[in-house]
Amino acid sequence: MFYRLSGIHHTRYESARALWPVTADRRIIQGLLLLALAAPFLLSDLYLTSYMLPWLIWTAAALSLTLLMGIAGQLHFGFAAVMAIGAYTSIHLTRAGVPFELALLGAGLMAALIGCLFGAAALRVKGLYLVMATLAMQYLVEWTIINVPAISGGAQATLSTPDVTFLFVPLQSDGALYYTALLWTVVVTLLIMNIKRSSFGRALVAVRDKDFAASVIGVNPLRYKLLAFFASSFLGGVTGAVLAFCYYQAVTPEQFGFNVSIQLVAMVLVGGLGSVIGAYLGAGFVLLLPIVLTNLLAFVAQFDLIPISFNLLSHIPLMVYGALIIGVILFEPLGLAKIYDNIRKYFLVWPFRHTQS
Amino acid sequence: MDFQFLIELTINGALTGLMYSLVALGIVLIYKSSGVPNLAQGAMVMIAAYLVWIFAGLLGTPILVAVFLALVGMFLFGMLTERFLLRKMVGQPIIMVVMLTLGLESLLRGIGPGLLGAAPKSLDLGLDMMPIIIGDVFINREYLVGGLIGAAMVGLSLLFFRTRLGTKLRAVSDNHISSWSVGISVERAVAVSWGLAGISAVAAGAMWGSVQGVDWTLTALLFPAVAVVILGGLDSIYGVLVAGLIVGILGSVIPGYVDPLVGGGTRDVVTSLIILLTIMFRPHGIFGREDIERV
Repeated sequence: MFYRLSGIHHTRYESARALWPVTADRRIIQGLLLLALAAPFLLSDLYLTSYMLPWLIWTAAALSLTLLMGIAGQLHFGFAAVMAIGAYTSIHLTRAGVPFELALLGAGLMAALIGCLFGAAALRVKGLYLVMATLAMQYLVEWTIINVPAISGGAQATLSTPDVTFLFVPLQSDGALYYTALLWTVVVTLLIMNIKRSSFGRALVAVRDKDFAASVIGVNPLRYKLLAFFASSFLGGVTGAVLAFCYYQAVTPEQFGFNVSIQLVAMVLVGGLGSVIGAYLGAGFVLLLPIVLTNLLAFVAQFDLIPISFNLLSHIPLMVYGALIIGVILFEPLGLAKIYDNIRKYFLVWPFRHTQS
Repeated sequence: MDFQFLIELTINGALTGLMYSLVALGIVLIYKSSGVPNLAQGAMVMIAAYLVWIFAGLLGTPILVAVFLALVGMFLFGMLTERFLLRKMVGQPIIMVVMLTLGLESLLRGIGPGLLGAAPKSLDLGLDMMPIIIGDVFINREYLVGGLIGAAMVGLSLLFFRTRLGTKLRAVSDNHISSWSVGISVERAVAVSWGLAGISAVAAGAMWGSVQGVDWTLTALLFPAVAVVILGGLDSIYGVLVAGLIVGILGSVIPGYVDPLVGGGTRDVVTSLIILLTIMFRPHGIFGREDIERV
């Protein structure tokens, strides 16, 4: 019905390879982009800065991680550490007087270089052992940041971000911060979508599915694993810098702790491994659902209908988050992206029931 | 070099390490039978400690009865977790299983302190608080008892694997399909191993709860336990004992000398380095079985 396939005939390879061959998809994307651009005028400041902004930035982070975990199949449980490296590098660079645009690049490169060290473990082990190795590296990076005063600014210090301009716009107003985050998220989204349909992306998928088989058909697994770690860590580092400058504005090592790494993996998995739309849905779900549910419960608790202690209320986000992960993995292992896909396919052939693909 | 300081660090480290083994034992039992890395074991230890505290502290039953009731409770908890969560994950990629246990960890970490209050609860096992002094070396009595229980539990599991049920579990850990073909119920064996992990969680929870109080920080025991499991080999019971001693001693001696120089927190670094170096140089651990990958 909505997603009308009739009238779409591909006569050239370019059109068959287009990002959105179906008109309805294009319209939806255009509409969403317009909404995102108009968000500062539609939403109140509170919603813009405490819901939309973190959602966009965490989406970019989840997209960077899904490049590594979903497309290249390398498990990474220390991605928050990679983002921390980006955040701290960008802050120190801008404090030294480097322009913000170059500092972002520096943050990405630094994170990519250290991220490749994480990747070095991937050259030797995979699966569960890779999980453990990256987890150990998360602790090492965290400890280094905390215990080297030159990086963290001393034990238990918060490092506030200096005032910067991005593309000649001073990053001070909520609008400027929002548009910077939006720009970065759109860039990462387009990048991942294009990686997925390029030869690089297909090589990564080959390595993910079976690295021995990939090397038989001429894809060097070592090279592509390292490249995947490099690319994903670069994006993660820049996202960390954007997160520090646009959202936190003052960073502490705890903001990039082990739990944040787990949260990122949860976003990727809840959304659907390797799916772009899944990163958006997963980040939104993992980030916003516990907040929304807690607010709802706090609202209900006002009326004293059911007794909810303050202590219980403060632990409910954690429970919801855990239950959410368990629920999605048990009932839809392919994530929210699969649910979206089912709905889309239903309308693709609507009045009929079955699709061919 | 102060020799006595070294001995004190070594002995207390060894005892702490044996108490890590208590936590690690549960992970190994489950991994051995079903290949599931149970990252919720830290949270299970916390829940077990809360159970013991509910029976002993809230209801006032004698400590032995409380521990027995907690044993029954955690055995059932382990079996139910396997039945309703992990059994559905058979055949799924490892990342899904890992994430499921991590989700369970968050859920339990929310439920325990959320329902019972976040403030640390003290758990009194009726042990004497006075340290034992041999020569000039101070030994914490709770750690000594905990270490002995740790060693005893590992010994018991080794004996258990020689019984009829234990032999079945060993068969299951070898190969699921051939176990099925000779009439062993793989599902029941895996469920029993989860129940046993619950039992070892009670031992760990009671000891660690009495040492550092019962609250969510007990879940952080997962990290040293993971180091123990990786170093010893994911499917080796001997490994738990040996690696527990190594992780405990290194995690006590190195921070003892290095912490004053760099300002603390070296224990986690030592643990991380043990994990990393093991994975780099001997991924299957000291006693673990090497995986052979068939193309």
